[in-house]
Amino acid sequence: MSWRNIVTVDRIVAFVALALAVTAPLYVSTYWVGQLLTQMLFLGIAAASLIFLSAYGGMVSLAQISIYGIAGFVVGNATTNGNTKGLNLGWNPWWGVLLGIAIAVGSALVFGALANRSVGIYFLMITLTYSVIANLCFGQITDVSGFGGISGIPAPRAIGNVDAQPNRLYYISLAIALLIYALLRYLVRTPFGLTLQGVRDDPVRMASLGYNVPLHRTIAFAFAGFIAAIGGVLFVWWNGHIDPASIDLGATIDLLVIAVVGGLYRLEGAWVGALFFVIINNYSQRISFIGPRFHTLIGAIFLVIVLVSPGGLMGLWERVLSIFSGRRRGPLDRTPVGLGQVEPTV
Amino acid sequence: MDAALRRPGTRRRRRSLTAAQRHTLRITAWVMLAVLAVLPVLWVLFFAPTTGRFATSFGSAVHDPKDFVITVLNGVTAAGLYFVVASGFTLIFGLMRVVNMAHGAFFLLGGYIALKLQRGMVGGGGSFGLTSDQVNLTHWIVPALAGTALVAAAGLVMQQLLLRWTQGQDLRQALITIAISIILADQMLAHFGGIAEDVSWPRNFDTFTNTHVAGVVYTTTRLIILGIAVGIGLFLWLWLKRTRTGMVIRAGVDDRAMVSALGINIQLTFAIAFVAGSALAGLGGVIGGSFASLAPGVDANWLLYSLVVVIIGGMGSLGGAAIGALLLGLTTNFSAAYLPENYTYYSIIFTFVLVAVVLAVRPLGIFGRPA
Repeated sequence: MSWRNIVTVDRIVAFVALALAVTAPLYVSTYWVGQLLTQMLFLGIAAASLIFLSAYGGMVSLAQISIYGIAGFVVGNATTNGNTKGLNLGWNPWWGVLLGIAIAVGSALVFGALANRSVGIYFLMITLTYSVIANLCFGQITDVSGFGGISGIPAPRAIGNVDAQPNRLYYISLAIALLIYALLRYLVRTPFGLTLQGVRDDPVRMASLGYNVPLHRTIAFAFAGFIAAIGGVLFVWWNGHIDPASIDLGATIDLLVIAVVGGLYRLEGAWVGALFFVIINNYSQRISFIGPRFHTLIGAIFLVIVLVSPGGLMGLWERVLSIFSGRRRGPLDRTPVGLGQVEPTV
Repeated sequence: MDAALRRPGTRRRRRSLTAAQRHTLRITAWVMLAVLAVLPVLWVLFFAPTTGRFATSFGSAVHDPKDFVITVLNGVTAAGLYFVVASGFTLIFGLMRVVNMAHGAFFLLGGYIALKLQRGMVGGGGSFGLTSDQVNLTHWIVPALAGTALVAAAGLVMQQLLLRWTQGQDLRQALITIAISIILADQMLAHFGGIAEDVSWPRNFDTFTNTHVAGVVYTTTRLIILGIAVGIGLFLWLWLKRTRTGMVIRAGVDDRAMVSALGINIQLTFAIAFVAGSALAGLGGVIGGSFASLAPGVDANWLLYSLVVVIIGGMGSLGGAAIGALLLGLTTNFSAAYLPENYTYYSIIFTFVLVAVVLAVRPLGIFGRPA
């Protein structure tokens, strides 16, 4: 099988998956559409922002869930109307969305500007700090949320009652996910995207060529924040409730698990990982010897993936294809430095 | 210049500032930063009121020196515990470039091991745990040593089984330790439950000491924590500066390849450093479990403290860990005590401000050096 055939196989699989996603409400239960698949879509969007940063910017960020949460909390504060914690501004949901995304992107700009001279594990540590602090902030500052969180967050009228008509939110999420995927695929081919990849591979050389390396990282981080914020908005519409536990260390790690299990260097991996995660999350509790020990199971799976295939499920898939094609070094060529590739020593 | 050679985007580049402009800009930035740092100090010392909309619990230091001294002591003793935990984190990171994300879980594990052992030794305890008059010194020291040793062993196993053969892949190693922390946290929840519990101090520790400063009578246990922290700091300093192992570790921090080329068994050194770093997490857990409490989620807080301390102090630097711990301890305690009473829950923001200011001025931390 030649390399061109592999691309064809990839495309056929992608179209089949898309067709299955579009027609899913016809043949799977309402529970699957309303719970699992919708959740897969917005978690995938948040994970896509992480994968975009890691694959094209060389920055593995753990702050994506906190930006997702900031957008969710702002929407909650802006659009609820009495009877819950927070500011209860009672705005129209669409204005709430605008404000939520704007504040989340603003926060991402600040976060990015503070961390833009770090990469690799330094970046991982700094963004983890952001994430834990954001969680503690929403837990302690009772003006905007407090421990119990915000309930009764309404979705816009166009979506209606999410429980009664799950298909609407599902199709809207699907459309947004596709748009984001297309936008990211386009962005990485633009001069900005190419420069960002240059910054990922050799920041010193890019800086000496006259590119502003910290600025590119900051903009990429803010853009990823925009995508994570959209995921957060969909989450609060779907859930109707957000509390600090939605963005705690466990949630931060869950999102990382999704991205790593899917594959840290291919955008499609975000939704593959998310689907895998929600299915395990839902069905593992029915297995008697696992029961409530879901996190032990997911931790073990995560460990095995990191040890066996640092490229995640997408990496495994590419490896299977490259066995057929006889091409030796397939996926690992694109694995970020520090993950499967040893950092070149001077 | 040939048009084909010109990089797209060059034309639109901003004209760079002149040297004089840059100088003015830098001076302005430093002045603003100095004002930002001085304002809270002035507030605490002179201006914090006790009445009105911005009333604070204690008022200014001039008004109430006793509570000021207590807040300083609270900050410094908390810093002691932060230092014990974070020095282990920074020791491992400095030598091996391993970010041990399981450090918080190791902390909690050490605490729980000591807790169970102490309950077993004293017997009983009931639903409210032990009180300090049931516990003598042995009942605290033996569990503390056991917790420290077992966590050190757990760290060694993790390092030998999972980290040794992934050396140089720092991101992958961080992910491996995250996986371990997920599994450990979930298993501890299963075995030790979700209710907050604490290790009991021995009765000879659980007293008050008159400090003879502004009439402050202070809890002895917190002073003991500070003493342990200073002792560990001195020990680590002597170990790293004066012994052969310490010298090898410091050389390894600077140039790992050269050290192993000189015929030194760097793998053994790595193992020693990892054991020492994990042991400090375990010991920190025992002390932290006696000082505060052990519960699910505590691991995340202590991972955060370790990260903040090494990010502001500089990764891999022992002195940096001490400075970072001190800054963090003082910031959290002063912001909790001297914010206006109606706004004390905003104190967590000051932790973020501390990290932000340090990163803005020194991206590698106060004592940080490029790798």
